[in-house]
Amino acid sequence: MKSQRKSVPPPPAAPAATVPQAAPPAATTSRETMPRTPRIEPKTHRSDFPILATRQDLHYLDSAATSQKPKVVLDAIRAYYENDNANPHRGAYDLSARATQKYLDARERVADFLGVIDTPTLIFTRGTTEALNLVATAWGRTHVRKGDEIVVTAMEHHANFVPWQQLAIQAHAKLRICELTPDGRIDVGMLTKLLGSKTKVVAFSHVSNALGTINPVADIVELVRTKAPHAIAVVDGAQAAPHLRVRIEELGVDFYAFSGHKMLGPMGVGGLVGRRALLEEMPPYQMGGDMIEFVGDDRTTWNVLPHKFEAGTPNVADAVGLAAACDYLDGIGMDQVRAHEVQLVANMLVRLAAVNGVRTYGPADLESRSGVVSFTVDGIHPHDLSTVLDQAGVCIRAGHHCAQPLMRRLDVPATARASVYVYNDTSDVDALIAGIERAKALFGT
Amino acid sequence: MVILSAAKNDKHPVRMTTNLEALYQEVILDHNRKPRNFREMENADRHINGRNPLCGDEVTVYVKLDGDRVADVSFKGQGCAVSKSSASLMTAAVKGKSVEETMRLFARFHDMITGKLSDVEREQMGSLAALGGVSRFPLRVKCASLAWHALKSALQQGPAEVSTDLEGPPLTEGA
Repeated sequence: MKSQRKSVPPPPAAPAATVPQAAPPAATTSRETMPRTPRIEPKTHRSDFPILATRQDLHYLDSAATSQKPKVVLDAIRAYYENDNANPHRGAYDLSARATQKYLDARERVADFLGVIDTPTLIFTRGTTEALNLVATAWGRTHVRKGDEIVVTAMEHHANFVPWQQLAIQAHAKLRICELTPDGRIDVGMLTKLLGSKTKVVAFSHVSNALGTINPVADIVELVRTKAPHAIAVVDGAQAAPHLRVRIEELGVDFYAFSGHKMLGPMGVGGLVGRRALLEEMPPYQMGGDMIEFVGDDRTTWNVLPHKFEAGTPNVADAVGLAAACDYLDGIGMDQVRAHEVQLVANMLVRLAAVNGVRTYGPADLESRSGVVSFTVDGIHPHDLSTVLDQAGVCIRAGHHCAQPLMRRLDVPATARASVYVYNDTSDVDALIAGIERAKALFGT
Repeated sequence: MVILSAAKNDKHPVRMTTNLEALYQEVILDHNRKPRNFREMENADRHINGRNPLCGDEVTVYVKLDGDRVADVSFKGQGCAVSKSSASLMTAAVKGKSVEETMRLFARFHDMITGKLSDVEREQMGSLAALGGVSRFPLRVKCASLAWHALKSALQQGPAEVSTDLEGPPLTEGA
């Protein structure tokens, strides 16, 4: 079960369209017979991550929950505090001006990474959850009325489900849930029927955190425009921004939320990108310093974008860290990131399918899925599986993945979920498969 | 410990084998496969739903009292091997006991799974000792105590729904 990390030529750039079946296996010293799939090793990415570099037997397969951080990100945060730290936007002194500039630069960098040209429409938040709550509160409470309808899908993370459910309850609006196809995609036929003139919000994820499904965002937005002219399209991009080349302005959405910590950045920073006209007419989400223009005794006027939605001292250091993460990802190339993940997932799916009693969820074709693989093993609860794997240094997620509506529809209490990123390689899949075999032996299944 | 010496010839690292075998003892696996008293109880005096928000597991514990004694106890639900076997072993252990004895046993059991008992004390726990390995897995304390929390609520006229969040953050428990 020891990892066998070797340097091997980098993988080809083009993403494989189907699960490779007959590629010649690389030399392996494992006692088990490996399925005939190519071995995939990252070039040197693993060594860029201190937590992984120092623990060679750690098999981190939970990047859909949070990613590990490369040294360049940690260094950028430290450098900010060591060289540039002051409260931005306030002090009339050079250090504060430097902090302000760092924050400005970070916003520019992240906006550029996500294909946002109108930079002030990128609001920094604590993450996706806060970004979605911002929309549900600031836009939702002023626009959703009794009798209106809010459409979400059955694959949503609680962060893109509960705020809308609660808004619907509060506004006496109706929450309508679009069901999924058997292979875990949004049922577009049903969505078409759900949309109408009463629809005020259509909220869906770009990539499902529990199934890995990549949703056709632009197509769905087009459908929303045609069938539901009064609705905003809100997209949870938490699982997409880290893994796909996302151009938000090209997607045509009204709001797009993302998290920094899932894309190699620090925890506590993420963002909301919104259509300027909508952001300008929305009331603020939180009140306080920085977001005001003028405070009278009886009334207050709001600052311009993005400050109107960033009350209080901003999280400059983590924004700087996130910008460094964008640099790092662009250094690899998002197309390479994607290609690497497609190959790893192909390898994982083939090898999971070869294990008796393993069931995987989500679309079968690789082009429709990200680096997330949800699975169950007959006779072994995911929680027990996770404990067995943990003993071999394999970190997976076991549970409902903050998607209880989805789990009910899959008719399972929980699944196991392995998710990959730039620092994973075939040895992580080896360890996963070996751990599953060990659990099966232990439980006698 | 016997388990340690048994692990010597295993091809897997000792740490893994000892901890895993301590957790998933044959008794646990047996009760997981064939849980005892695994049924609904129509004439129960109380039934309590217990939930583990961490993993979404649910168990319903049914209790029939005869005066101060637990005349019958059963459970239904879905969960991991630890929560299922713990519920199963619990039902076998408390049947016929007084409410007070049952509560004392839970306190003792909780001490065991959070690593507060000596080896000798653990061996005095009878069949429940099989769950002693949980003390090495602080994240699994909630699984092992789920049914017990439900039973406690049933016997003490507590709420009809309980959650293992009562246990607090997992890492503050035990070793």
